[in-house]
Amino acid sequence: MTGLNFIGAGLIVIGAALGIGRIGGQAMDAIARQPEASGKIQTAMLIAAALIEGIGFAALFAA
Amino acid sequence: MHRFLGHYYLSDMQNIFSLKTICLLFVFVTTFSFAKETKAEAGENDIKTEIKEYIDHHLLDSYDFSLFSYTKDNGEHVYVGFPLPVILWDDGLKVFSSSKLKHGETVAEVGGNYYKSYHGKIYKTDAEGTITYDEAHHPTNVKPLDFSITKNVFTILIVGLLMFLMFGSMAKSYKNGALPKGMGRFLEPIVLYIRDDIAIPNIGKKHYKRYMSFLLTIFFFIWIVNLLGLTPLGVNVTNNIAVTLALALLTFLITNFTANKSYWGHIFWMPGVPKLMRIVLAPIELLGIFIKPFSLLIRLYANITAGHIVLMSIIGMMFIFKNWIGSSLSFGLAFALSLLELLVAALQAYIFTMLSALYFGQAVEEHDDH
Amino acid sequence: MEKLINEFSIGLFFWMLVLFVALVFLLRKFAWKPILDAVETRESGIENALKAAENAKLEMQNLQADNERLLQEARAEREAMLKDARELKAKMIADAEEDAQAKANKMIEQAQAAIEGEKKAAMAELKNHVATLSLEIAEKVVRDELSSKDKQMELVESMLVDAKLN
Repeated sequence: MTGLNFIGAGLIVIGAALGIGRIGGQAMDAIARQPEASGKIQTAMLIAAALIEGIGFAALFAA
Repeated sequence: MHRFLGHYYLSDMQNIFSLKTICLLFVFVTTFSFAKETKAEAGENDIKTEIKEYIDHHLLDSYDFSLFSYTKDNGEHVYVGFPLPVILWDDGLKVFSSSKLKHGETVAEVGGNYYKSYHGKIYKTDAEGTITYDEAHHPTNVKPLDFSITKNVFTILIVGLLMFLMFGSMAKSYKNGALPKGMGRFLEPIVLYIRDDIAIPNIGKKHYKRYMSFLLTIFFFIWIVNLLGLTPLGVNVTNNIAVTLALALLTFLITNFTANKSYWGHIFWMPGVPKLMRIVLAPIELLGIFIKPFSLLIRLYANITAGHIVLMSIIGMMFIFKNWIGSSLSFGLAFALSLLELLVAALQAYIFTMLSALYFGQAVEEHDDH
Repeated sequence: MEKLINEFSIGLFFWMLVLFVALVFLLRKFAWKPILDAVETRESGIENALKAAENAKLEMQNLQADNERLLQEARAEREAMLKDARELKAKMIADAEEDAQAKANKMIEQAQAAIEGEKKAAMAELKNHVATLSLEIAEKVVRDELSSKDKQMELVESMLVDAKLN
C-alpha cells in the first residue's frame, strides 16, 4: 500500500461512515416519529447500512 | 489497512447503536496507538513484533488444534493441543498426522516427498526443508493441493455436529407435545424470528418454505462459529475468506438456480425503461448478480477479521503499556469491545441471513405490476 | 486483495462447501422439517382453538339470546293466560249472576203465577160458598115467604108489576 492508497482508503471510510451515520440518524428520526413502524425501519436501516458497508469494504480491499 | 478496518468498523457500530462511550474510547485508542508508534524503543519493539506475530498467527488457520503455546526457558516452544490429519494431493493421496510438521520446525517426510509448513501453508521442499523466496518474500516452492483437516475444518465439523445434536434433540422434543423442552425453549423463538421476520417478509408466504432450511442453517452456523471465535479457543472460522466465499457461493447458486423468468427479465431486459437504457442497464444488473454475494462474503470476513484484530491489538496493548493506567484502560476497552463483538457475532449472522433472504426474494418475486 | 488471494485455502473452501451442504441437508431432514412442521401444527391448532372459542362464545351468546327470548315468551304467555283466566272469572261471575237473576225472576214469576192461581181458586171457592150460602139463605127466605097463600100471591103480583114495568 502506498501513501495514496491510504488516503483513498481513508476517504472511503469517511464516506461510508458518513453514509451509515446518516442512515442511522434518519432511522432514529423515523422511529421517533413512528414508533409502531420501528421493526420495518430497523430492517430497512440494517439493509441500507449493510449495502454501504459492502461497498466500503469492497473499496477498502481494492485499495 | 487493518487499523482502517477497525476504525470503520467501530464507527459503523457506533452509528447504529449510538454508543457514545465507544466513540470516546475510540478516540483514546487512536491517540494511544499513534503515541505507541511514535515512541518506539528497542524493548517495546520486541513485544510489539511478538504481539503482531501472535495476532497474525491467531488469524491464520493451522494444521493442529493448539489451545496455547509457551516458550520454555531454554527457548523450546511447547504447544498444548492435539494434532489433526494432513491430507495432500501430490501425485496421489498423502495422509499423515500434523504432528510430523512440528509447527514448521521440522520437515515431514511422506512417501519420499518432503513437506514443510510455512506461515500456515504446506510447501513441498527438499530433505533439508529449504524454502526459496521471490523478491516480495513469498515462497516459490510448490504448494501441493491441500485438503487437510485443519483447525478450521475441524471446528466446522464440530459445529456441524453440535448443531445436528442441538436441533435434532429439539426436533425430537416436539414429539412429546406441542412445546419444545430444554434447549428448544431458547432456540424456538430464534427459529420463529427467522421465519417470521426474515424469510416471510423478504421472500413472501408462497415461496419461503423452500429456503427455510438454508436460512436457518446459515444463521445458526455463522452465529455459533462467530461466538466460538470469541472464546479463548482461538478458532476463527469466519475470518477465512474461503469460508465466507463458500457461504456466499451457496447463496449465489441458490439465488440463480431458483430464480424465475421475471428475475432474468429484469436483469437482461429491464421492463418499463427506454430501449437504450435497457442496453446500458443489462451489464450493470449482470454485474450486480456477482457483486451481491461478493459483498456478502467480504462483509462477513471483514467484520469478523477487523473485530479480532482490534480486540487483540487492544489486549496486546496491555503488555505494551507498562503502567497501570494504560493497562487498565486497555483492559476496560477490551472488555467493552468483547461485549460489542458478542453483538456483532449475532448481527453479522443476522445480516448475512437477511440479505440472503432478500436476494432469494428478488429471485422469486413476481412482477405483475408492469 | 493480494493478501486475501494468498491466504485463500482451497482445502478449507472445499471442506466448508461439502460440510455445509451436508449440514443443510441433514438438518433439513432431521431438524428443520420436524421443527417447522410441529410449530405450524401448533400454530394452526392454536388458531383453530381460538376460532372454536370464538364460535363457542357466539353460540353461547345466541343461546343466551334464545333463553332470553324464551323467557320473554313464557312470561308473555303466562301474562296472557292470567289475563284470560281473569276474564273468564269475570265472565263466569257475570254469567252466574245473570243466571241467578234469571232463575230468581223465574221463581218469582212462578210464585206469582201460583199465588194468582191460588187466589183465583180461593176466589172461586169463595164465590161458590157465597152462592151456596145465598141459595140456602134464599131457600130459607123463600120457604118462609111462601109459607102462606097470601104472601105467595102478593109476591107474584109484585113480580108481575115489576115485570110489566120492565
